[in-house]
Amino acid sequence: MCLAVPVRIVRRVGDLAEVDAGGVRKEVSLLLVPEAAVGDYVLLHAGYAIQLVDEAGARETLELMRQLVEAEEPDAD
Amino acid sequence: MDDTQALGRRLAAAVSRHDRRMQLMEVCGTHTVAIFRAGIRTLLPPGVRLLSGPGCPVCVTAAGEVERAMHLARAPGVLLAVFGDMLRVPGRRESLAEARAEGAGVRVVYSPRDALELARRHPKLRVVFWGVGFETTAPGVAAAVLEARATGVDNFLVYCAHKLVPPALEALLATGEVRVDGFILPGHVSTVLGTTPYAFLAERHGVPAVVAGFEPTDLLLALELLLRLVERGEAKVENAYPRAVRREGNPAARAVMDRVFRPVDARWRGLGEIPGSGLALREEFAAHDAARQFALPEFPDAEPRGCRCGEVLRGAVLPPECPLFDRRCTPVSPVGPCMVSSEGSCAAYHRYGRRAG
Repeated sequence: MCLAVPVRIVRRVGDLAEVDAGGVRKEVSLLLVPEAAVGDYVLLHAGYAIQLVDEAGARETLELMRQLVEAEEPDAD
Repeated sequence: MDDTQALGRRLAAAVSRHDRRMQLMEVCGTHTVAIFRAGIRTLLPPGVRLLSGPGCPVCVTAAGEVERAMHLARAPGVLLAVFGDMLRVPGRRESLAEARAEGAGVRVVYSPRDALELARRHPKLRVVFWGVGFETTAPGVAAAVLEARATGVDNFLVYCAHKLVPPALEALLATGEVRVDGFILPGHVSTVLGTTPYAFLAERHGVPAVVAGFEPTDLLLALELLLRLVERGEAKVENAYPRAVRREGNPAARAVMDRVFRPVDARWRGLGEIPGSGLALREEFAAHDAARQFALPEFPDAEPRGCRCGEVLRGAVLPPECPLFDRRCTPVSPVGPCMVSSEGSCAAYHRYGRRAG
């Protein structure tokens, strides 16, 4: 039930946004993520955007993975 | 993408090389399913036992709360709006689905906003949304209450059974019933909460914890980080899901939640009453509070006979250890809620368990 999916904001009118959820258009509330703007990706949970999806965070994840496997395999190819 | 896949394979290899014996707990029911689906259980070294925790909202909803929701659904002029997973939870005599078949007013919704819309369309009915779920869900329900008040939708009410994750983890560790060497923390609860509310795990209990995302590589990353922390005896809280979880969480969402709700003691299936682990509507929203607007009787939290859901939720037993599992209790005819919810541990073991051990 704590499922949340990343969706892209296509249009914003007040606290409501039209989002693209994998090709399906949906109306979601931005009341919990007031700073979200058109073009942003937000996490959608039960009709509400609950957070901006952070691109820097995505890069950070990759970096973290790289560090871990490199620490694990010092002679890795 | 290829880069991520290659890294994922190397992470999987790293995870399977650990040789310490340990018990880890994934708190979140969505993680339980994601871990099975990604085949991650098959990668785990033999010494690592992965327990599922009290993070399936449907499962931890107390039996008495199910009965009170049923009572509301049967009240004249009431339409009870529920998340789909709640429909089939067995009550003392029947489920909401069965009550609906006998004429009780029950409607499945995807969002509290849908319930608000129902209330607008049916001004003569009182639409009661059954608020179930953790910190991920509660802010949206709070937002719907604010919207109902701002737009004068007086016939929208909430029966609040929301629960909070950190107090449940505290309660779980305090009993000492199950040894947990490390926690995989729920990604989307943490999206709202941030990482600070879990500091007590490391500071007071010496247990490391890692916030995880839901993709296979997210889970592998979190597991590898956690395995290392446990092996090194390093008690700290780390974040392996930074694209959705900031240290401070989502303060705007918490502000909306705090505006409408206040923490109260709450009863959990399997864990009993836990101080400060639930939410209730604040006094000023009494008009939208089903607990105040209806005389809701108390019902005992009696478990179905023979059902071990409670122990499963505490990590004390694994689903196959319940004598009813896959015999009298299956997803088609569930005895307890852990077999009903798609993210209940028993349903996950039923669906994936045979090939994943």
